[in-house]
Formats: sequence, C-alpha cells, structure tokens
Amino acid sequence: MGEWLADFFATYQSTLAYIGLNSLLALSVYATLSCGQLALGNAGFMAIGAYAATLLTKKAGAPFPLALAASVLLPAVVAVPLGLPVLRLKGVFLAIATIGFGEVVRLGIVNWDYVDGAQGIVAIPQKTSLWMIWLALALALGLFARVRGSKWGFALEAIREDEPAARTMGIHTTAYKLAMLVLGAGLAGLAGALEAHYTFMVAPNGFTFARVVDMLVFAVVGGTAFYVGPVIGAAFLTLLPELLRELSPLVGIEPGPLRLMVNGLVLLAVILFLPEGIVSLPRRLRERRARRVAP
Amino acid sequence: MSALLAIEALERAFGGVRAVDGASFRVAPGEVHGLIGPNGAGKTTVINLVSGLLQPTAGAVVLAGRAIQGLAPHRIAALGIARTFQNIRLFPDLSAEDNVIVGEHLRRRPSLAARLFMLPAAGAEERAVRERAAALLERVGLSGRRGEQVKHLSYGEQRRVEIARALAAEPRLLLLDEPTAGMNPVEVQSVAALIRSVAAEGHSALLVEHNVRLVMDVCDRITVLNFGKVIAEGTPAEVARDEAVITAYLGGPR
Repeated sequence: MGEWLADFFATYQSTLAYIGLNSLLALSVYATLSCGQLALGNAGFMAIGAYAATLLTKKAGAPFPLALAASVLLPAVVAVPLGLPVLRLKGVFLAIATIGFGEVVRLGIVNWDYVDGAQGIVAIPQKTSLWMIWLALALALGLFARVRGSKWGFALEAIREDEPAARTMGIHTTAYKLAMLVLGAGLAGLAGALEAHYTFMVAPNGFTFARVVDMLVFAVVGGTAFYVGPVIGAAFLTLLPELLRELSPLVGIEPGPLRLMVNGLVLLAVILFLPEGIVSLPRRLRERRARRVAP
Repeated sequence: MSALLAIEALERAFGGVRAVDGASFRVAPGEVHGLIGPNGAGKTTVINLVSGLLQPTAGAVVLAGRAIQGLAPHRIAALGIARTFQNIRLFPDLSAEDNVIVGEHLRRRPSLAARLFMLPAAGAEERAVRERAAALLERVGLSGRRGEQVKHLSYGEQRRVEIARALAAEPRLLLLDEPTAGMNPVEVQSVAALIRSVAAEGHSALLVEHNVRLVMDVCDRITVLNFGKVIAEGTPAEVARDEAVITAYLGGPR
C-alpha cells in the first residue's frame, strides 16, 4: 500500500501540483466574480508575484517564506491604485481595462533587461513542495468558507445581485469590490511564486491573455455561485488532458491541440446545459427527480 | 416642531425636462407623509434624490438639520434613511430571510475576524441577526416563506420582503415607493396597518402611493406634486378639497 502510494505520487506529482496551482488561480478570478465584477488582470498580478519572489530568492538570496509573503503583498498593493479608478467601470469595460493592465505588466517585463526580458529567468531554485501548494489552497478555501455567511459575505452577495440596491442598504460597495480585487491579486501572486519555484523558470509568455482566460474557464466550468466551484473546474480541466493523452493516438490528433479542442467543447457544453457550472449538477439532478415524481 | 426631513427648493433636470422643479416640503418626526400626484409628477425622482441614487441639480435635502444632498447612498443609509423600490429590487437568488439580513448590514458588528478564528461571539452574532430577520418576516406576515428564494414569491410577497428589508436597518425615515402596487385589497389593508404600527414606534415615513384610499387612511399630511412642483399640501381632508389637486387629477374647465 505504501509503495503504491509512493508510486502514485511520483507519477502524478506534477498533475497534483497543477490542480492546486490552477485552483488558486481560479479562486483569484472567483474573488471578484463573487461580487459580480469581471476583472481579468490576474495574469498580470501572477507575473508580479512570480517575478518578485524569483528576484528575492535567486538574486537576493532571501528565504523562501519571505519571498512568498512578498508575492502576496506586492500584487495586493498594486491592486489598490489600479482598482480605485477601474472599479468604477462595469461589465465588459472593467474586463477590457484589467486585460489592458495585464498586458502592460507583461510587456513591461519583456522590455526589462535586468530580468532578461522575453527570455525569462531560468534555474530558479526549486523551493516549492506539493504540500505548500495544497496548504495554500486549503487556507484560501478556509478564508472563502468563513467569509460566506458573515456580514462581509452577505454584502458581497448583495453587490453581485443588485449593486444600487446594496448601496441603499448602507453597503460601501467600492470598499468591498476593492477588497476582493486585492484578495484576488494576492492569490494570483502567490500562485505565480509557487509555480516559478516549482518549474524553475519564469518568462513573460506564461502570463499572456490566454492564461487569464484559462483561469476564467476553470471558474465558469466549475461554477461561480459557490467557492468550491472554481476548484472543481480547475481539477476537472487539469485532469482532462492526462486522460486525453491516452486518447490522442486513437483519434490521430496531437495532445496539445486536442486539449484546446476539448476545453472549448467542455466550456460550450457547460454554458449550454449547466450554466451554473459543475457544482450545480447534484442540485439539478435532485430537482429533475423531484419533477418526475410529482409532475 | 423641527422637521426630520426638509426638502428645500429641490430641483433635478434630465436634459431639458425638470422632473423635480423647485419642490419644498417637510416631514415631521413620527409622521407618515404622503407624496402623491399624477404619473410623471416627479415622486419617484424625489425618493431617488433623498436616498442618494440621484444627485439634485439645485436645492437641498436636510435630514435632522444636516444637508445630505450629494452624499453617497451608503452614507445616507448610515444616517438613518431606508427605502423600498417602485420596481422591486430584491436580491432575487437569495432567500427572503437572507434579503432581510442584508438589510441589517448597518446594525451588524463586523464579524469576519471573529469568524476567521471561529470565536463563539461570531456564532452568537449570527444567531441574533437571523432571529431579528425572522421576527421582521413574521411582522410582515411571511414567516412561512423564510427560506424561499424571493424570485419564487408572489408580487405582493416580494413587496412585503422589501418593507421588512428596509425596516431591518431601523431607519429614522422610511421611504416607501408604491408599496402596495399590484397587491390585492387584503394585502393593502395589512400594509396600511404595518405602516401605522411602524409610525407608532417613532419612525417617520414618506409614502409615494397611487392608492388614494390608502393614502387618505394612513397619512398624517400629504404633499401633492404636479410637473415637479408642489401644488398643494395639508391634511388628507384639506388636500381632498383642494381645487388645484382636483384639476391636476381630473382636468378642469379651461
């Protein structure tokens, strides 16, 4: 049994690590979605966290816990002056403005010689262990679980459902929206730092618009009504390519393109048939059974 | 007696249209004050200006001696004004009880820190909040529908949840924008009794309503608006006799 377990971890270590990292990233997008804001600057926040931590460990020789703390705090601090103006925007305009922020960060790194620009930084010390990723995810989930049902949690739900009505209940909507943008930025930054010290490298092409779309798809496929949804979505879409690897020779398509195709199909299927995501599946089945019993 | 709410030469223009055009009136503490007038007279605009969802182009809104025009809605709420909406704006996916709990926002102590460390104080606070919400729903006659998502409630029930949600803030001034629209006569009677009992506890209310019977029964004083201007003010009996009011509602000889 012990041997089997060790074998399992050796084979699937990187998959398990990426389930954790992608869950953190999905939660970072969920943070703002939970109060109805579609903010997509998280690839930028992730890059800031990854580079801050890498510079601290590799160039300054700082201890890893300090680097991780910086990877949370620096993006969180950057989110404040970004959020104050852009959170006045609604819907797709907020999305566009925050995508712009992410691109500015990425292009800034591309043109920054000290960090070797587009080439990125390699040979980063491997400091991240699997348990660190899963501990970070557990803490993040614990935080979201405790927010739900608190005064803060009710305020977020009210803002998501009807922002002007929430304001007339005395809810300082800007403060709550900003707090969730800051929280999302910190989570994305932490995931960036953990990934950089897991894969030994960072490069700006890891923080493109496509990366933030991935995070959003994890959250939407899993479901955004409940904080468990983004984790389920991330786990499902991270495991799927592993299963497809076996399938790819059978259908004659390379694993890479096949993954993108299947991700697209999954997203389409979820939006059409399960608009509230995979987490809503048990409730849907229960409702359907109830309808059949009592027509 | 000094006024709780004073509207002073209030004006709000939308493009070339003056929806509210120099209106002035006062609401005394503990008073139920009716605001009536034909469609388009500017009644809802006055409610939006008082609650801060709209900014006036001129004039003042004074609450207990303090000018509040131009403040953000959440700050006006914190000064003791709560409202309902003509076109019901509940949080549709939340239960009736959770809607009322959101209404308690200003009265709640921040519980997050206590919750994070799972202190018993947080649990006690949440129980108290739920009990208050349950009591308010019972007061509006909805104790049987506490857990129901409000989007599944009837129109009249939704309006009553809105009133409970507004009362949850324990406001000094309650703004009710057509609280009985779409209700059946029995429901209208129960809302009338509710408004009276709320006033008896010392809350003031500003009531916009088309149901003339209700307004006459429930209000201490009435202000009549037409084209954004105050055309009459007085007790229900005085207003009912007023020539200008009769002309505005029924049209008069030219």
